[in-house]
Amino acid sequence: MARTFVGWPAFPQAARETTRDTRLRENVRRATHTFRDKYAARVGERPDWQELRDSAAAVKDDVLRQLDRYLEQLEERVIEAGGTVYWAADAAEANRIITGLVAETGEREIIKVKSMLTEEIGLDNALAAAGIDTRETDLAQIIIQLGDDLPSHIVVPAVHRNRGQIHDVFVSEMGKHGRPAPPDMTEDPNSLADASRAHLREKFLRAKVAVSGANFMVAETGTLVVVESEGNARMCLTLPEVLISAVGIEKIVPTWRDLEVYLQILARSATGERMSPYVSTWTGVAEGDGPGTFHLVLVDNGRTRALADPVGRQALRCIRCGACMNVCPVYERTGGHAYGSVYPGPIGAVLNPLLKGVGDEQTASLPYASSLCGACDDACPVRIPLTDLLLKLRHSIAEGGDDGAVGEGRDRGRGGPHPVQDKAFKAVGATMEHRTAWNAAVRAAGLAGPLVPERHLPGALGGWTESRAVPPVPKESFRAWWKRTDGGRR
Amino acid sequence: MRTALFITCLNDALYPGTGRATVTLLRRLGVEVEFPAGQSCCGQMHYNTGYRADTAALARHFVTVFGGYDRVVVPSASCGGLIKNLYNPGAGPLGDAGLRRDLAAVAGKVHELMTFLTDELATEDVGAYFPHRVTYHPTCHSLRVLRVGDRPYRLLRNVTGIEYTELDGAEECCGFGGTFCLKNPAASGAMNADKARHVRESGAHVVTAGDNSCLMNIQGRLTADGDQVRCLHLAEILARTEEDGPLPGVPLARTAAGTPKAAVR
Repeated sequence: MARTFVGWPAFPQAARETTRDTRLRENVRRATHTFRDKYAARVGERPDWQELRDSAAAVKDDVLRQLDRYLEQLEERVIEAGGTVYWAADAAEANRIITGLVAETGEREIIKVKSMLTEEIGLDNALAAAGIDTRETDLAQIIIQLGDDLPSHIVVPAVHRNRGQIHDVFVSEMGKHGRPAPPDMTEDPNSLADASRAHLREKFLRAKVAVSGANFMVAETGTLVVVESEGNARMCLTLPEVLISAVGIEKIVPTWRDLEVYLQILARSATGERMSPYVSTWTGVAEGDGPGTFHLVLVDNGRTRALADPVGRQALRCIRCGACMNVCPVYERTGGHAYGSVYPGPIGAVLNPLLKGVGDEQTASLPYASSLCGACDDACPVRIPLTDLLLKLRHSIAEGGDDGAVGEGRDRGRGGPHPVQDKAFKAVGATMEHRTAWNAAVRAAGLAGPLVPERHLPGALGGWTESRAVPPVPKESFRAWWKRTDGGRR
Repeated sequence: MRTALFITCLNDALYPGTGRATVTLLRRLGVEVEFPAGQSCCGQMHYNTGYRADTAALARHFVTVFGGYDRVVVPSASCGGLIKNLYNPGAGPLGDAGLRRDLAAVAGKVHELMTFLTDELATEDVGAYFPHRVTYHPTCHSLRVLRVGDRPYRLLRNVTGIEYTELDGAEECCGFGGTFCLKNPAASGAMNADKARHVRESGAHVVTAGDNSCLMNIQGRLTADGDQVRCLHLAEILARTEEDGPLPGVPLARTAAGTPKAAVR
C-alpha cells in the first residue's frame, strides 16, 4: 500500500516539522521562485492577461451554473462516439467502478497518466487491494511512487525533492519494478530523464490498460483533453487497448472556442511556458487509432457540496495550475505535505474544506493556514477570490456560517463555535464596543506594561514569543495623551 | 470640513507615537483632526478569524462614532483597507442591510494616511527631514488591498536627508497576518525570519511601512536577534523636520552631510 495523508496532523503541527527541514525549505524555495519568475515573464508579455482571466472565470461560472445540462450533453456525445460513461458519487464508488473495469480485462499491471483526481480518491491503493499494480508514468509521479512518498504540489508533485534525492531513489527502487537505473546514471536531469524513459518504455509497450484524468472535457463534442510536458501521458492515451478516464465533474468547458482561453492561460500559470508541449485530445474511440475501448468515470466526491455554496463554488473554477502555491509565502516555507492533502497551498486550504466539510480538526485548520496576504488572489488565472473564500470558511468554522453547505460537515452542527476556536474574542469584542470599558482596557495596558514578560508570553500568545521579542507597552496611550494635552495644543 | 482621526486600537495602546506624529504632520499641512474618544477597533482581528457577529457590532460602533465626519484619516492600510473595502463583501455579507448601507456611506470618507497625503491633500513633499538610511516594507494590505502603488516611495523621495536602500523580496508578506502569527507560529516565524534577514541585508538603519502591525512583527524578530535596526511608521518619518534634527540613537545617513534630497526609486 502506498502512503496516504490519512490521520495527518493539523496544519500548525505539520508545519512545525516541515519548516525545520532546511533541505525541504531550500528545494521548495528554489522551485517556487523559479516558477514565480517564469510566470511573471510569460504573463508580462500578454497585454490582454487581465481579459483572459476575466474570460476564463466567466466560462467556468457559466459551466457551474448549468453543470447538469453540460454533463448530460457531454455524456450523450461520449456515448455517440463509442465510449461508456459512469457516474460516481464519491471516492469509494469511483474506485469500485474503475477496479471493476480493470478486473474485467484480466490485467494485473496497468499504467497511469498523472491525475490529481485519482490521487484525491486514492485509486492506486484501491487497485492494489484488488491485486492490480498501477505504475505511474509522469516523471514526478514516478519519483513519488518509487520513493513511497506523497505529492506536495499539484503540477510538480516531487517539488520537495532535489536531483540528488531523486538519483538515490532511482538507484535503489527502479530495479524492483522493472528496468533498473543504468549504472552510469548521474544526478544530471537529462541522465535522470533518460533512466526513467528506458524504465517506462517497456511498460508502455506492454500495458493493455491505462487510467487517466483530464484537464478539460469539451461538452459540445464529448472530447477529453490532457496537457503535459513529457509526452508520457500521450503514450498512455494512445498505446493501450483500454483507456479509463476518471474526471471531476467540474472539468467541463462548453465548446472548443472556450478551450482556446484555457490553453493560453494554463501553461503560463503552471510552468511559465507559452503553451503546453503536448496537448492530447480524444473523442470516444476510433477504429485502428488508439484504445479500442474507452470508459469515462465522472466523479463528484464533494463537488456538488461545494457547488451548493454560492461563494465557495468559485473554487470549482480551478484548473489545477498551481500558480497560487507558487506565489504563496506560507507554502514556500512549509512545503505541500503540511497541508495533509493532495491539494496543498491556498487552493488546498479552500478546496479541501469545501469538498469534505470542516468536521475534522485537520481540515478545519486549513483555512487558517494563510496570512491573507492576497498574493494568490492576484496570481489565480481564473480569478478565484482565495482570500474571500478563506474568510468565508473561517466564518463557517468560528460561527457556523450563514449560508451554503460548508459548515454542514461539522461534528457539532451549525450555530455553535467550532471546537478549534476559543472564546477570548467574545470578551475582547464586548469591551471594544463600550467606550468606558475600552478606555479602561487601554489604560490598564499602559499600567500593566512593565509587568509584561519580555521573552515568554503565556497561553495563546506564546506563539509570538517563539521567535519574537514583546513590544514595549508605552505608559501613556494615544487617547490619554490627547486628553492630557488637548491633542498636543497645550 | 470636519476631519477625524481613527487611531486604531493597536496604535492607541502600543504606538501612540504614530498617532502624535500623524497629528503633528497633518497640522503642519493645515489639517486639524478631531479625535472622537468613543472610537475603539474596526474589528479586523475578529473578522479575519471568522467572528462576524462581533465584527458587525464593532462596524456598527465605527459608523456611530465616525458617521458624522467629512473625512476619517487612518494611519493603517490594514484597518483602513478593511473599512474602505466594506469588509470583503465577496466573502459574504457582514451584518444586516442597514449596517451595510451605513458602512458604504462612511467607507468613502475613510482615507489611509499615505493616500490622504498624496491624493486628498495632493502633496508629496511634506517638508520632512530624516537624515537616516531607510528601507520601506510595502505591507500586503497597502500593496494588494488598497493598491497604494508608488505613493509611499514618492513621499519618501521628498524627505530631506534620507538615504533610501532597496529591500529584497519587498512584496512578500512578513508573516504577521493577525491571529495567523499565533495560530501558526512556525510558518509565521519562518516568513518573518526571511523578512528580517532581507532587512539586515538592505543595510538600512530604519524600516518603515504604513502599518504598525507588520512593523511590530518585524521589530519583534529583529530585537530577538539582537539587531539594532529600528521599525518606524512612515508617519513618524514624515512628521520630523530639520528643527527636530536627526532621530536620536540612529546612525546618520551617508548622504546626510551633503546632498539635500536623496534619490528614492
